[in-house]
Amino acid sequence: MRTIRMLAATAALATTMAVAGVAHAGKDLDAIKARGSLICGVGPSSAGFYLLGSDGKWSGIDVDVCRAIAAAILGDSEKVKYVPASAQQRFQQVQSGEVDILSRTTTWTLTRDTALGLDFGHITVYDGQGFLVPKKLGIKSAKELKGATVCVQPGTTTELNLADFFRANNMDFKSVVIESRDELEQAFYNGRCDTYTNDSTGLASSRATRAPKPDDYVILPERISKEPLAPAFRHGDNQFGDIVRWSVYAMLEAEEKGITSKNVDEMKKSDDPQIKRLLGITPGMGKALGVDEEWAYRIIKQVGNYGESYDRNLGPNSSVKLDRGLNKLWSDGGIQYAPPVR
Amino acid sequence: MADITNGSATVTRVYRPPPSQATGAIGWMRRNLFNSVLNSIITILLVLVIGMIVWNFLDWAVFKSVTSAKSGQECGKISPDGACWAFVVDKYRLIFFGTYPYEEQWRPLFACISVIAMLVLSCDRRFWNAWLAAIWGIGSIVTFLLMFGQIFVPLSVLLIVALVAGGVGLLLRRRAASAIEVVAYWVLATVGAVGLAVLLWDWVMGLIGAPDLMVRLSAFVPGFTIAPLSYVETSKWGGLPVTLILASYGLAFAFPLGILAALGRRSKLPLIKGLCVGYIELIRGVPLISLLIMASVMLPLFLPTGMTIDKFLRALVAVTLFAGAYIAEIIRGGLQSIPKGQYEAADAMGLSYMQKTAFIILPQALQVVIPPLVNTFIGFFKDTSLVLIIGIFDLLNAGEQAIVDRVWSGYANEIHVFLAIIYFCMCYSMSRYSKYLEREMNKSVRR
Repeated sequence: MRTIRMLAATAALATTMAVAGVAHAGKDLDAIKARGSLICGVGPSSAGFYLLGSDGKWSGIDVDVCRAIAAAILGDSEKVKYVPASAQQRFQQVQSGEVDILSRTTTWTLTRDTALGLDFGHITVYDGQGFLVPKKLGIKSAKELKGATVCVQPGTTTELNLADFFRANNMDFKSVVIESRDELEQAFYNGRCDTYTNDSTGLASSRATRAPKPDDYVILPERISKEPLAPAFRHGDNQFGDIVRWSVYAMLEAEEKGITSKNVDEMKKSDDPQIKRLLGITPGMGKALGVDEEWAYRIIKQVGNYGESYDRNLGPNSSVKLDRGLNKLWSDGGIQYAPPVR
Repeated sequence: MADITNGSATVTRVYRPPPSQATGAIGWMRRNLFNSVLNSIITILLVLVIGMIVWNFLDWAVFKSVTSAKSGQECGKISPDGACWAFVVDKYRLIFFGTYPYEEQWRPLFACISVIAMLVLSCDRRFWNAWLAAIWGIGSIVTFLLMFGQIFVPLSVLLIVALVAGGVGLLLRRRAASAIEVVAYWVLATVGAVGLAVLLWDWVMGLIGAPDLMVRLSAFVPGFTIAPLSYVETSKWGGLPVTLILASYGLAFAFPLGILAALGRRSKLPLIKGLCVGYIELIRGVPLISLLIMASVMLPLFLPTGMTIDKFLRALVAVTLFAGAYIAEIIRGGLQSIPKGQYEAADAMGLSYMQKTAFIILPQALQVVIPPLVNTFIGFFKDTSLVLIIGIFDLLNAGEQAIVDRVWSGYANEIHVFLAIIYFCMCYSMSRYSKYLEREMNKSVRR
């Protein structure tokens, strides 16, 4: 008898909790509005993407994505709470609802998109693993790296991609494995390795800032992996997903149309129907998205267009000094492309 | 009668000092460093090696160092072989205070001073009485008021404090206190217990959705708020205050927990003993990292969606539980070292279990275990840096964040040396204090 009563009580409790769970799920956007802030998961600092400045404020291109979403939903790009998300636990943080969005150089892969219960927004940076070599070795292609000593960080997909690449091309290599990126780069520039492999963004910034003479080093043309970096969020709230995607598209569209944070007020007077739709002069877009009509105007005004964000954080105006490469607009020979706003 | 001393010639003895080469620094060196050919060679070689290391370090850290520059590359241009302290100068506020709002960083500064003052005062034996509670009470309010900016004290916390104060007073001082004092304890305990019972009833009623039948009590007296400053949530805390708060409060909570677990483990009641053994062995059987990951990753998955417990609090609880188990085992060692006669004598005096433990056994047991306790404290002070993996920026991790800045890349050593100095100051003062305390406590047995 007592067992039955216990079972009944447990079942009742479980039901209550399940109901409570269902009542909350799928309401991410409502939760953000009620809270008045977007909770954005960023990593321990990584230059150009998310970096704690000397004043304790976050900056970077991934941070700008969060600011843009906050500007669209809440009207203020400063209404973001940043939660540090370590590489090991970042996905659980999204799943458990601790963060609304993960914007921390997360590579979009099939299993993450499906089995982990995540959705991905538009690819904010197209990255890929490459090789950095001293010019004096006279190497022109990664295929010539046979028998090379390679500096690589352990425990990352970088290390696995490296092994795959050399095996696929039937070449052998020796790896110098050092955990700390700072020491690893020190070892490379002191000549302990023939080449240093990492994401090409990382290689470019290393060359710009660490190399004794940046011109003495060259990044080989091959990219041995695809690293599409995109913001990630939970399955289940499609409206929030739409806003995440279109916030980034708005930044791309703005660059394509030449709208910057400086001239956005003048652009409001433009006769171009596409600009009028984007900036909400011709209403309808904001309503369809479930935000107000000034959403894109605020993103551009407060955060800037995609090009501005890139230049500020990764490009010539930053300490990373990374070439835009694939991340140029489609009209400039890259593959960044936003669907039409209409 | 002849005087015995009379007639004996006085011999003037001249006490000559020992040869100058056998005393003082020279004598010491002759005895210890140059007492054989081999030792002399080793000494000279070591002096040369140590001298070279020290000279190179000073050369790097002082003579060739750069203290003002705009970037790492500028440092490299001014002095390629020297330390770039300009990096630390640029980043020190990030290292000390993490992501705390920049304009408000005087608050964590004073919070740190408050915690340190609290710790220093607790070190003084003159305050080891009711003063200690007062120091920690006031210090905690000041610290958290500064860190949060606004504190909400719910009624339930006040009631719990009343219940605990009354209960402890009754247990320990029922026989010794005056009638008025005992009545006061009874009143405190009763108010606390009844208030909590009413609040619980109220909460359950609210939970099952019967607010119409019962007037919601908590709506009337929810507690009170002190709000002199703007609110800063724990996710923005970082740097030194996080390390200090995690370490000192973790240990402050773990210490009584450890005492209870140690006493419980020696209890004759099987349930209490089983629970305590289970807790201690379970915690000691897993590394701190797994506890932290459990608290930060697993726990939220078990909670209903949307419900979150503050991450900082979770880390504090994990650190407390972990430290408590280790402290319990150390204290158990102290308890076992007390001769059985002490227990029997206390029983013969007619003391209750509480009085016997609080006044006879524990003071002696704790005195014995000071060195291992301080050892644990030092270890835990450093272990708090493991909170990195759950995304809390304590002192060490805030420093790691500073290193990533590409503007200063290549100068990680400066930050690490700076952090090492801070940690050393803290840990070394702890170990010196333990030495002093040992001397103080052992005065009675030392000859």
